[in-house]
Amino acid sequence: MSAGRYHPGDRVRVREAFPPGHVRTPYFVRGCAGEVQECAGAYPNPEELAYGRDGKPDIPLYRVSFLQSEVWHGYDGPGADTIVIDIYEHWLEPAQ
Amino acid sequence: MTIRRHHDMGGLDAGSVDSSEHDYAMWEKRVDAIVKVLSTPERKLLSTDELRRGIEELGPGVYDELSYYERWISSATNILLEKGTITVDELATKMAEVEARWTKDRESAS
Amino acid sequence: MSHDHTHDHDHDHDDAHPYQPDIEDFPFSERMVMTQAVAELIIEKGICSADELRAQIELMDSREPGLGAKLVAKTWVDPDYKARVLEDVAAAAAEIGIDIGEIPIKAIENTDDVHNVVVCTLCSCYPRMLIGLPPDWYKSRAYRSRTVKEPRKVLEEFGTHIADDVEVRVHDSTADLRYIVLPARPKGTEGWDEAKLAELITRDSMVGVTPAKSPEDI
Repeated sequence: MSAGRYHPGDRVRVREAFPPGHVRTPYFVRGCAGEVQECAGAYPNPEELAYGRDGKPDIPLYRVSFLQSEVWHGYDGPGADTIVIDIYEHWLEPAQ
Repeated sequence: MTIRRHHDMGGLDAGSVDSSEHDYAMWEKRVDAIVKVLSTPERKLLSTDELRRGIEELGPGVYDELSYYERWISSATNILLEKGTITVDELATKMAEVEARWTKDRESAS
Repeated sequence: MSHDHTHDHDHDHDDAHPYQPDIEDFPFSERMVMTQAVAELIIEKGICSADELRAQIELMDSREPGLGAKLVAKTWVDPDYKARVLEDVAAAAAEIGIDIGEIPIKAIENTDDVHNVVVCTLCSCYPRMLIGLPPDWYKSRAYRSRTVKEPRKVLEEFGTHIADDVEVRVHDSTADLRYIVLPARPKGTEGWDEAKLAELITRDSMVGVTPAKSPEDI
Protein backbone atom coordinates (compact mmCIF):
# COMPACT_ATOMS: atom_id res chain seq x y z
CA MET A 1 0.00 0.00 0.00
CA SER A 2 1.27 3.47 -0.76
CA ALA A 3 2.56 5.73 2.01
CA GLY A 4 -0.22 8.29 2.23
CA ARG A 5 -0.78 11.03 4.71
CA TYR A 6 -3.21 9.10 6.94
CA HIS A 7 -2.95 5.82 8.78
CA PRO A 8 -5.38 3.35 10.36
CA GLY A 9 -6.83 4.84 13.51
CA ASP A 10 -6.37 8.47 12.46
CA ARG A 11 -9.34 10.74 13.07
CA VAL A 12 -10.17 12.64 9.93
CA ARG A 13 -12.85 15.06 8.82
CA VAL A 14 -14.34 15.24 5.34
CA ARG A 15 -13.93 18.63 3.69
CA GLU A 16 -16.98 20.78 3.82
CA ALA A 17 -16.88 21.76 0.17
CA PHE A 18 -19.72 21.55 -2.34
CA PRO A 19 -18.38 22.04 -5.83
CA PRO A 20 -20.28 21.15 -8.97
CA GLY A 21 -18.61 18.68 -11.27
CA HIS A 22 -17.76 15.03 -10.86
CA VAL A 23 -17.12 14.30 -7.19
CA ARG A 24 -16.97 10.86 -5.60
CA THR A 25 -17.32 12.03 -2.00
CA PRO A 26 -21.03 11.79 -1.20
CA TYR A 27 -22.83 14.93 -0.11
CA PHE A 28 -24.15 13.34 3.06
CA VAL A 29 -20.71 12.76 4.61
CA ARG A 30 -19.17 16.16 3.99
CA GLY A 31 -18.06 17.81 7.19
CA CYS A 32 -18.33 14.54 9.14
CA ALA A 33 -15.52 13.14 11.27
CA GLY A 34 -14.54 9.50 11.19
CA GLU A 35 -11.73 7.05 11.68
CA VAL A 36 -9.41 5.75 9.00
CA GLN A 37 -9.69 1.96 8.68
CA GLU A 38 -7.09 1.42 6.03
CA CYS A 39 -5.44 2.88 2.99
CA ALA A 40 -6.90 0.97 0.06
CA GLY A 41 -4.23 1.87 -2.46
CA ALA A 42 -3.73 4.90 -4.67
CA TYR A 43 -5.58 5.56 -7.90
CA PRO A 44 -5.79 8.22 -10.58
CA ASN A 45 -8.09 11.05 -9.55
CA PRO A 46 -11.62 10.27 -10.79
CA GLU A 47 -12.41 14.00 -10.82
CA GLU A 48 -9.83 14.36 -13.56
CA LEU A 49 -10.52 11.09 -15.38
CA ALA A 50 -14.12 12.21 -15.71
CA TYR A 51 -13.04 15.01 -18.01
CA GLY A 52 -10.72 12.94 -20.15
CA ARG A 53 -7.51 13.79 -18.33
CA ASP A 54 -5.16 11.18 -16.94
CA GLY A 55 -5.77 11.85 -13.26
CA LYS A 56 -2.10 11.55 -12.37
CA PRO A 57 -0.45 11.50 -9.93
CA ASP A 58 -2.38 8.76 -8.13
CA ILE A 59 -4.15 9.81 -4.96
CA PRO A 60 -4.32 7.59 -1.86
CA LEU A 61 -7.79 6.21 -1.16
CA TYR A 62 -8.91 5.59 2.41
CA ARG A 63 -11.68 3.50 3.88
CA VAL A 64 -13.08 5.77 6.58
CA SER A 65 -15.59 4.62 9.19
CA PHE A 66 -18.22 6.97 10.59
CA LEU A 67 -20.71 6.40 13.39
CA GLN A 68 -24.16 6.56 11.86
CA SER A 69 -25.36 8.54 14.86
CA GLU A 70 -22.82 11.22 13.92
CA VAL A 71 -23.71 11.28 10.24
CA TRP A 72 -27.49 11.40 10.54
CA HIS A 73 -29.42 13.62 12.86
CA GLY A 74 -31.77 11.31 14.74
CA TYR A 75 -30.31 8.07 13.36
CA ASP A 76 -32.76 5.34 14.28
CA GLY A 77 -30.55 2.44 15.30
CA PRO A 78 -27.97 1.25 17.81
CA GLY A 79 -25.07 3.53 18.61
CA ALA A 80 -22.53 1.05 17.30
CA ASP A 81 -23.85 1.12 13.71
CA THR A 82 -21.33 2.53 11.26
CA ILE A 83 -20.91 3.46 7.64
CA VAL A 84 -17.64 2.99 5.79
CA ILE A 85 -16.93 5.14 2.78
CA ASP A 86 -14.02 5.17 0.35
CA ILE A 87 -12.62 8.70 0.29
CA TYR A 88 -9.69 10.20 -1.56
CA GLU A 89 -6.98 11.90 0.44
CA HIS A 90 -7.63 15.40 -0.88
CA TRP A 91 -11.13 15.26 0.58
CA LEU A 92 -9.84 14.61 4.10
CA GLU A 93 -8.39 16.83 6.79
CA PRO A 94 -7.04 15.84 10.20
CA ALA A 95 -9.65 16.02 12.98
CA GLN A 96 -9.35 16.07 16.74
CA MET B 1 -24.82 27.42 0.71
CA THR B 2 -24.39 23.94 -0.64
CA ILE B 3 -24.89 22.24 -3.97
CA ARG B 4 -26.22 18.73 -3.93
CA ARG B 5 -26.18 17.20 -7.37
CA HIS B 6 -29.12 15.12 -8.46
CA HIS B 7 -27.40 11.75 -8.61
CA ASP B 8 -25.85 12.22 -5.16
CA MET B 9 -28.86 10.84 -3.36
CA GLY B 10 -27.54 9.11 -0.26
CA GLY B 11 -29.73 10.01 2.69
CA LEU B 12 -32.67 11.47 0.80
CA ASP B 13 -36.15 10.18 1.57
CA ALA B 14 -37.63 7.62 -0.78
CA GLY B 15 -40.30 4.97 -0.83
CA SER B 16 -39.89 1.29 -0.06
CA VAL B 17 -37.51 -0.79 -2.13
CA ASP B 18 -39.29 -2.57 -4.95
CA SER B 19 -37.48 -5.86 -5.21
CA SER B 20 -39.00 -6.97 -8.52
CA GLU B 21 -36.44 -7.57 -11.26
CA HIS B 22 -36.37 -7.64 -15.01
CA ASP B 23 -34.20 -9.78 -17.22
CA TYR B 24 -31.74 -7.68 -19.13
CA ALA B 25 -32.87 -7.06 -22.70
CA MET B 26 -30.41 -7.71 -25.49
CA TRP B 27 -30.05 -4.02 -26.24
CA GLU B 28 -29.13 -3.34 -22.61
CA LYS B 29 -26.44 -5.99 -22.70
CA ARG B 30 -25.23 -4.41 -25.90
CA VAL B 31 -24.91 -1.01 -24.20
CA ASP B 32 -22.88 -2.64 -21.46
CA ALA B 33 -20.64 -4.32 -24.03
CA ILE B 34 -20.16 -1.14 -26.05
CA VAL B 35 -19.02 0.75 -22.97
CA LYS B 36 -16.66 -2.03 -21.90
CA VAL B 37 -15.15 -2.41 -25.35
CA LEU B 38 -14.61 1.33 -25.82
CA SER B 39 -12.98 1.52 -22.38
CA THR B 40 -10.23 -1.03 -22.97
CA PRO B 41 -6.72 0.25 -22.20
CA GLU B 42 -5.80 -0.13 -25.87
CA ARG B 43 -8.64 2.12 -26.97
CA LYS B 44 -9.45 4.50 -24.11
CA LEU B 45 -12.27 6.03 -26.15
CA LEU B 46 -14.42 6.23 -23.05
CA SER B 47 -13.73 5.70 -19.36
CA THR B 48 -16.08 4.65 -16.58
CA ASP B 49 -15.44 8.03 -14.97
CA GLU B 50 -16.42 9.90 -18.13
CA LEU B 51 -19.52 7.74 -18.42
CA ARG B 52 -20.52 8.54 -14.85
CA ARG B 53 -19.85 12.24 -15.33
CA GLY B 54 -21.91 12.20 -18.50
CA ILE B 55 -24.79 10.53 -16.68
CA GLU B 56 -24.60 13.12 -13.91
CA GLU B 57 -24.75 15.86 -16.52
CA LEU B 58 -27.96 14.55 -18.09
CA GLY B 59 -29.85 16.67 -15.58
CA PRO B 60 -32.50 15.84 -13.02
CA GLY B 61 -35.53 15.38 -15.29
CA VAL B 62 -33.81 13.20 -17.85
CA TYR B 63 -31.98 11.26 -15.16
CA ASP B 64 -35.24 10.22 -13.55
CA GLU B 65 -37.13 9.50 -16.76
CA LEU B 66 -34.54 7.26 -18.34
CA SER B 67 -33.84 3.73 -17.27
CA TYR B 68 -30.37 2.68 -16.17
CA TYR B 69 -29.04 1.62 -19.57
CA GLU B 70 -30.82 4.46 -21.32
CA ARG B 71 -28.70 6.74 -19.15
CA TRP B 72 -25.60 4.78 -20.07
CA ILE B 73 -26.11 4.98 -23.82
CA SER B 74 -27.10 8.66 -23.64
CA SER B 75 -23.94 9.52 -21.76
CA ALA B 76 -21.66 7.32 -23.84
CA THR B 77 -23.01 8.72 -27.08
CA ASN B 78 -22.57 12.31 -25.90
CA ILE B 79 -18.97 11.61 -25.00
CA LEU B 80 -18.24 9.93 -28.31
CA LEU B 81 -19.69 13.00 -30.05
CA GLU B 82 -17.61 15.37 -27.89
CA LYS B 83 -14.47 13.52 -28.81
CA GLY B 84 -15.31 13.16 -32.46
CA THR B 85 -15.21 9.38 -32.36
CA ILE B 86 -18.51 9.61 -34.17
CA THR B 87 -20.06 12.72 -35.66
CA VAL B 88 -23.56 14.07 -35.22
CA ASP B 89 -24.15 13.63 -38.93
CA GLU B 90 -23.02 10.01 -38.95
CA LEU B 91 -25.24 9.29 -35.99
CA ALA B 92 -28.22 11.04 -37.55
CA THR B 93 -27.86 9.02 -40.73
CA LYS B 94 -27.34 5.75 -38.94
CA MET B 95 -30.19 6.24 -36.47
CA ALA B 96 -32.58 7.01 -39.33
CA GLU B 97 -31.37 3.91 -41.14
CA VAL B 98 -31.83 1.67 -38.10
CA GLU B 99 -35.26 3.06 -37.39
CA ALA B 100 -36.36 2.58 -40.98
CA ARG B 101 -35.01 -0.95 -41.04
CA TRP B 102 -36.73 -1.90 -37.80
CA THR B 103 -40.01 -0.31 -38.84
CA LYS B 104 -39.92 -2.25 -42.07
CA ASP B 105 -39.05 -5.47 -40.24
CA ARG B 106 -41.90 -4.94 -37.82
CA GLU B 107 -44.33 -4.29 -40.65
CA SER B 108 -43.25 -7.36 -42.57
CA ALA B 109 -43.50 -9.48 -39.43
CA SER B 110 -47.06 -8.54 -38.60
CA MET C 1 -37.48 4.44 -11.22
CA SER C 2 -38.54 4.15 -14.82
CA HIS C 3 -38.32 0.80 -16.50
CA ASP C 4 -37.45 0.27 -20.08
CA HIS C 5 -39.59 -2.77 -20.06
CA THR C 6 -40.58 -3.86 -23.50
CA HIS C 7 -42.50 -6.97 -22.73
CA ASP C 8 -45.96 -5.53 -23.24
CA HIS C 9 -47.55 -7.51 -26.00
CA ASP C 10 -50.67 -6.56 -27.82
CA HIS C 11 -50.28 -9.18 -30.47
CA ASP C 12 -50.70 -12.90 -30.32
CA HIS C 13 -47.64 -14.88 -29.31
CA ASP C 14 -48.65 -17.72 -31.52
CA ASP C 15 -48.08 -15.72 -34.70
CA ALA C 16 -45.10 -17.05 -36.62
CA HIS C 17 -42.85 -14.03 -36.22
CA PRO C 18 -39.51 -14.45 -37.88
CA TYR C 19 -36.80 -14.17 -35.23
CA GLN C 20 -35.37 -10.69 -35.03
CA PRO C 21 -31.75 -10.94 -34.04
CA ASP C 22 -31.39 -7.27 -33.31
CA ILE C 23 -34.37 -6.50 -31.16
CA GLU C 24 -36.09 -8.32 -28.38
CA ASP C 25 -39.46 -6.84 -28.80
CA PHE C 26 -41.57 -4.00 -30.11
CA PRO C 27 -42.04 -1.10 -29.65
CA PHE C 28 -38.51 0.12 -29.87
CA SER C 29 -37.37 3.22 -28.05
CA GLU C 30 -35.07 6.06 -29.08
CA ARG C 31 -32.28 4.73 -26.94
CA MET C 32 -32.60 1.27 -28.44
CA VAL C 33 -32.17 2.84 -31.86
CA MET C 34 -29.24 4.89 -30.56
CA THR C 35 -27.60 1.77 -29.14
CA GLN C 36 -27.90 -0.09 -32.42
CA ALA C 37 -26.64 2.92 -34.34
CA VAL C 38 -23.60 3.36 -32.13
CA ALA C 39 -22.81 -0.36 -32.28
CA GLU C 40 -22.99 -0.38 -36.07
CA LEU C 41 -20.93 2.80 -36.38
CA ILE C 42 -18.09 1.60 -34.19
CA ILE C 43 -17.98 -1.67 -36.09
CA GLU C 44 -18.06 0.07 -39.48
CA LYS C 45 -15.26 2.36 -38.40
CA GLY C 46 -13.15 -0.60 -37.39
CA ILE C 47 -13.03 0.51 -33.77
CA CYS C 48 -14.10 -2.96 -32.78
CA SER C 49 -15.58 -6.04 -34.37
CA ALA C 50 -19.03 -7.52 -34.00
CA ASP C 51 -17.32 -10.60 -32.55
CA GLU C 52 -15.73 -8.56 -29.82
CA LEU C 53 -19.04 -7.05 -28.79
CA ARG C 54 -20.60 -10.49 -28.83
CA ALA C 55 -17.76 -11.91 -26.75
CA GLN C 56 -18.18 -9.15 -24.19
CA ILE C 57 -21.90 -9.91 -23.90
CA GLU C 58 -21.11 -13.60 -23.46
CA LEU C 59 -18.54 -12.77 -20.81
CA MET C 60 -21.08 -10.88 -18.74
CA ASP C 61 -23.68 -13.59 -19.33
CA SER C 62 -21.21 -16.06 -17.85
CA ARG C 63 -20.86 -14.08 -14.65
CA GLU C 64 -23.54 -14.96 -12.19
CA PRO C 65 -23.96 -15.38 -8.44
CA GLY C 66 -22.89 -19.04 -8.56
CA LEU C 67 -19.29 -17.92 -9.01
CA GLY C 68 -19.35 -15.83 -5.86
CA ALA C 69 -21.18 -18.61 -4.06
CA LYS C 70 -18.41 -21.05 -4.96
CA LEU C 71 -15.84 -18.66 -3.52
CA VAL C 72 -17.83 -18.07 -0.33
CA ALA C 73 -18.49 -21.78 0.17
CA LYS C 74 -14.77 -22.45 0.04
CA THR C 75 -14.16 -19.79 2.70
CA TRP C 76 -16.60 -21.63 4.93
CA VAL C 77 -14.68 -24.92 4.78
CA ASP C 78 -11.13 -23.60 4.52
CA PRO C 79 -10.03 -20.92 7.00
CA ASP C 80 -6.72 -20.37 5.20
CA TYR C 81 -8.60 -19.74 1.97
CA LYS C 82 -10.85 -17.31 3.80
CA ALA C 83 -7.78 -15.43 5.01
CA ARG C 84 -6.52 -15.24 1.44
CA VAL C 85 -9.90 -13.99 0.23
CA LEU C 86 -9.93 -11.28 2.87
CA GLU C 87 -6.42 -10.29 1.82
CA ASP C 88 -6.82 -10.36 -1.97
CA VAL C 89 -10.00 -11.44 -3.71
CA ALA C 90 -8.45 -11.37 -7.19
CA ALA C 91 -5.73 -13.83 -6.29
CA ALA C 92 -8.04 -16.08 -4.29
CA ALA C 93 -10.64 -16.12 -7.06
CA ALA C 94 -7.96 -17.00 -9.59
CA GLU C 95 -7.07 -20.05 -7.48
CA ILE C 96 -10.52 -21.44 -8.26
CA GLY C 97 -10.50 -20.43 -11.89
CA ILE C 98 -12.35 -17.11 -11.67
CA ASP C 99 -10.72 -14.09 -13.33
CA ILE C 100 -12.28 -10.99 -11.84
CA GLY C 101 -10.55 -8.60 -14.23
CA GLU C 102 -9.01 -5.24 -13.42
CA ILE C 103 -11.36 -3.71 -10.90
CA PRO C 104 -10.46 -4.67 -7.34
CA ILE C 105 -13.07 -6.40 -5.19
CA LYS C 106 -12.84 -6.43 -1.43
CA ALA C 107 -14.44 -9.13 0.70
CA ILE C 108 -16.11 -8.12 3.95
CA GLU C 109 -17.05 -10.77 6.43
CA ASN C 110 -20.25 -11.04 8.40
CA THR C 111 -19.62 -12.21 11.95
CA ASP C 112 -21.57 -12.61 15.19
CA ASP C 113 -20.84 -8.95 15.86
CA VAL C 114 -21.11 -7.28 12.47
CA HIS C 115 -23.56 -7.47 9.59
CA ASN C 116 -22.36 -5.79 6.40
CA VAL C 117 -24.48 -4.36 3.60
CA VAL C 118 -23.23 -2.76 0.39
CA VAL C 119 -24.63 0.12 -1.65
CA CYS C 120 -23.35 2.59 -4.22
CA THR C 121 -25.20 5.83 -3.58
CA LEU C 122 -23.59 7.72 -6.45
CA CYS C 123 -24.24 5.27 -9.27
CA SER C 124 -24.49 1.47 -8.93
CA CYS C 125 -21.03 -0.02 -8.56
CA TYR C 126 -21.30 -3.74 -8.00
CA PRO C 127 -18.93 -6.75 -8.03
CA ARG C 128 -20.22 -7.86 -11.43
CA MET C 129 -17.30 -10.01 -12.38
CA LEU C 130 -17.94 -12.22 -9.37
CA ILE C 131 -21.74 -12.25 -9.09
CA GLY C 132 -23.06 -10.95 -12.42
CA LEU C 133 -25.10 -7.87 -13.25
CA PRO C 134 -26.95 -6.14 -10.42
CA PRO C 135 -30.70 -6.41 -9.86
CA ASP C 136 -32.90 -3.39 -10.56
CA TRP C 137 -33.50 -2.69 -6.90
CA TYR C 138 -29.77 -2.23 -6.22
CA LYS C 139 -29.77 0.59 -8.78
CA SER C 140 -33.02 2.14 -7.59
CA ARG C 141 -33.46 5.50 -5.98
CA ALA C 142 -35.01 3.92 -2.91
CA TYR C 143 -32.09 1.59 -2.26
CA ARG C 144 -29.39 4.12 -3.02
CA SER C 145 -31.00 6.86 -0.92
CA ARG C 146 -32.18 4.93 2.11
CA THR C 147 -29.65 2.16 2.74
CA VAL C 148 -27.04 4.59 4.04
CA LYS C 149 -29.46 6.38 6.34
CA GLU C 150 -31.80 3.62 7.54
CA PRO C 151 -30.14 0.31 6.73
CA ARG C 152 -32.10 -1.68 9.33
CA LYS C 153 -35.41 -0.57 7.81
CA VAL C 154 -34.20 -1.46 4.33
CA LEU C 155 -33.02 -4.84 5.57
CA GLU C 156 -36.45 -5.44 7.14
CA GLU C 157 -37.98 -4.85 3.71
CA PHE C 158 -35.88 -7.78 2.53
CA GLY C 159 -37.11 -9.82 5.47
CA THR C 160 -33.88 -9.44 7.40
CA HIS C 161 -33.84 -8.55 11.06
CA ILE C 162 -30.51 -7.79 12.69
CA ALA C 163 -30.39 -7.83 16.50
CA ASP C 164 -29.53 -4.58 18.26
CA ASP C 165 -26.34 -6.03 19.66
CA VAL C 166 -25.00 -6.70 16.17
CA GLU C 167 -23.45 -3.73 14.38
CA VAL C 168 -24.90 -2.95 10.98
CA ARG C 169 -22.06 -1.67 8.84
CA VAL C 170 -22.94 -0.04 5.54
CA HIS C 171 -20.33 0.24 2.80
CA ASP C 172 -20.80 2.93 0.18
CA SER C 173 -18.61 1.91 -2.75
CA THR C 174 -17.76 5.36 -3.99
CA ALA C 175 -14.40 4.70 -5.58
CA ASP C 176 -12.65 1.98 -7.50
CA LEU C 177 -13.29 -0.78 -4.98
CA ARG C 178 -16.24 -3.11 -5.28
CA TYR C 179 -17.45 -5.15 -2.33
CA ILE C 180 -18.66 -8.68 -1.77
CA VAL C 181 -20.12 -9.71 1.56
CA LEU C 182 -19.08 -13.08 2.95
CA PRO C 183 -22.29 -14.16 4.68
CA ALA C 184 -21.98 -16.18 7.88
CA ARG C 185 -22.20 -19.94 7.61
CA PRO C 186 -25.61 -21.06 8.89
CA LYS C 187 -26.01 -23.53 11.73
CA GLY C 188 -26.88 -27.11 10.88
CA THR C 189 -24.46 -27.38 7.94
CA GLU C 190 -21.70 -29.35 9.62
CA GLY C 191 -20.12 -31.81 7.22
CA TRP C 192 -21.75 -30.33 4.11
CA ASP C 193 -19.58 -30.30 1.02
CA GLU C 194 -18.81 -27.06 -0.84
CA ALA C 195 -21.30 -27.65 -3.64
CA LYS C 196 -24.13 -28.12 -1.17
CA LEU C 197 -23.03 -25.13 0.90
CA ALA C 198 -22.97 -22.99 -2.25
CA GLU C 199 -26.71 -23.59 -2.65
CA LEU C 200 -27.27 -21.58 0.52
CA ILE C 201 -25.29 -18.59 -0.71
CA THR C 202 -27.59 -16.27 -2.61
CA ARG C 203 -26.78 -13.12 -4.54
CA ASP C 204 -28.70 -11.11 -1.95
CA SER C 205 -26.57 -12.54 0.85
CA MET C 206 -23.43 -11.40 -0.98
CA VAL C 207 -24.81 -7.87 -1.23
CA GLY C 208 -25.74 -8.09 2.42
CA VAL C 209 -29.50 -7.54 2.32
CA THR C 210 -30.13 -11.06 3.58
CA PRO C 211 -28.13 -13.71 5.40
CA ALA C 212 -27.32 -16.95 3.62
CA LYS C 213 -30.20 -19.42 3.43
CA SER C 214 -30.62 -21.96 6.20
CA PRO C 215 -30.76 -25.72 5.65
CA GLU C 216 -34.54 -25.53 6.21
CA ASP C 217 -34.87 -23.16 3.24
CA ILE C 218 -33.67 -25.63 0.59
